[in-house]
Amino acid sequence: MIVLGLESSCDETAAAIVRDASAPGERILADLVLSQLDDHAPYGGVVPEIAARAHLDHLDRLVAGALDRAGLTLAQVDAIAVTAGPGLIGGLLVGLNMAQGLARGAGKPLIAVNHLEGHALTARLVADVDFPFLLLLVSGGHCQLVAVEGLGRYRRLGTTIDDAVGEAFDKVAKLLGLSYPGGPAVERAAASGDATRFPLPRPMIGRPGCDFSFSGLKTAVRQLVDRLGRDRDDQATADIAASFQDTVARVLADRVGHALDWFAAHHPGGRHLVVAGGVAANRAIGRRLEALTAARGISTILPPRQLCTDNAAMIAWAGLERARAGLIDPGPAAARARWPLDPGAEPKPYAGVKA
Amino acid sequence: MLDDALFAIDLPDLAATERFAARLAGCLRPGDVVALEGPLGAGKSALARAAIRRLAGAEIEVPSPTFTIVQTYETPAGEVWHVDLYRLGDPAETDELGLDEAFEHAICLVEWPGILGSMLPRDALTIRLEAGDTGESRRAILNGGGDWRARLGDFDPAA
Repeated sequence: MIVLGLESSCDETAAAIVRDASAPGERILADLVLSQLDDHAPYGGVVPEIAARAHLDHLDRLVAGALDRAGLTLAQVDAIAVTAGPGLIGGLLVGLNMAQGLARGAGKPLIAVNHLEGHALTARLVADVDFPFLLLLVSGGHCQLVAVEGLGRYRRLGTTIDDAVGEAFDKVAKLLGLSYPGGPAVERAAASGDATRFPLPRPMIGRPGCDFSFSGLKTAVRQLVDRLGRDRDDQATADIAASFQDTVARVLADRVGHALDWFAAHHPGGRHLVVAGGVAANRAIGRRLEALTAARGISTILPPRQLCTDNAAMIAWAGLERARAGLIDPGPAAARARWPLDPGAEPKPYAGVKA
Repeated sequence: MLDDALFAIDLPDLAATERFAARLAGCLRPGDVVALEGPLGAGKSALARAAIRRLAGAEIEVPSPTFTIVQTYETPAGEVWHVDLYRLGDPAETDELGLDEAFEHAICLVEWPGILGSMLPRDALTIRLEAGDTGESRRAILNGGGDWRARLGDFDPAA
């Protein structure tokens, strides 16, 4: 089975083609992401193009480019998968309209994919990971711990009650005067920093459960930066970055530890922690999580960087998994700005958590 | 604008900020625009979150809107738009968010409103959050034309 995938739910425009080869390394036939193309300079400033028009301008040629890269025609594709949510409604509509047009024109089934499910299943695209597994989804817009019990069966164990962790990285980078995107910039600065020089509060550590909070940590960094004022030299910036990154890694590890306790009790056969989303590319966080899981006999799966950030290969793969399992929603595909993986999850009140 | 200066209120801790937000929410109705200004970490989202919870009448999830730009809520008080323009680089991008229409029919809480310029309705209420003397304390400075002075009269700590 060969599936074409389209992604335009937020900042990225992307098209990819995957097939269900038995060897993981042979599954991706094409994987094009606009911001990584040579003729489209990466965001120079702080701001990605979120406009639907930007997606509209590029999706056509990305699809053509993906087919070309794979050496296929649309007729040779078995199904078309597209992100239908969650995300910005304008971008979602651009992707859905184009996918519907392609599907109708070529007489192919259309598969509406949840962007978060795409992240969740990426580990099964790049490695042979069986259900159930524990998922830590950490990106600019999301911070969740989810028990992935099967295809389409998700149980949210925890979520952020304020900012997502990738958002915290971006905003701390801004406070420190570092470049965008903030994740890699903070990681680079932290490499030469002393994480112990400026201790920061560690939000949520010591509390039961698997929820996250990063707003107070961001505020603590701002207050530290304000206090140092013009005395903050490059070394101090590196030390703050190191302390922030170390704090985030400790908080994530603490929360994942609680989720692993739950997971071991409910899914004793589960063997994997999967980390997805752009923050999964942070090596300090990855190392801490690997150490945590190794002690418990669990493997940590960190997909390659280009599959951690938003991409269409994960959308095509999620569509392929659904098509293979006969789990395609037969109704008309509609764009959904909100589309939780686990609609039954309890809402998490913001209880004025102090960092 | 000097004419529009209403008053300032000291918020000694997060709980005070949340009480202020809940009280403010009680005054809001469809078509109101509240612009929330202040630096990163000033407490704009915390204030908006408390206001939205009051409008919803429940402890609902109010995630940061930074990534999604807009989060909408159906509440007994009407539709609420929680908007964060932090990531926008071009005022033209606000067009397709449908903000002008939302300003007419919804209660809109707008963080980082600066990019809107003259697109911010003249009768918007602007709340600027500044750091106070201690870590959690803030000072809220309210500005607004229209009938805000009458509507918020009993908020004024000096009145």
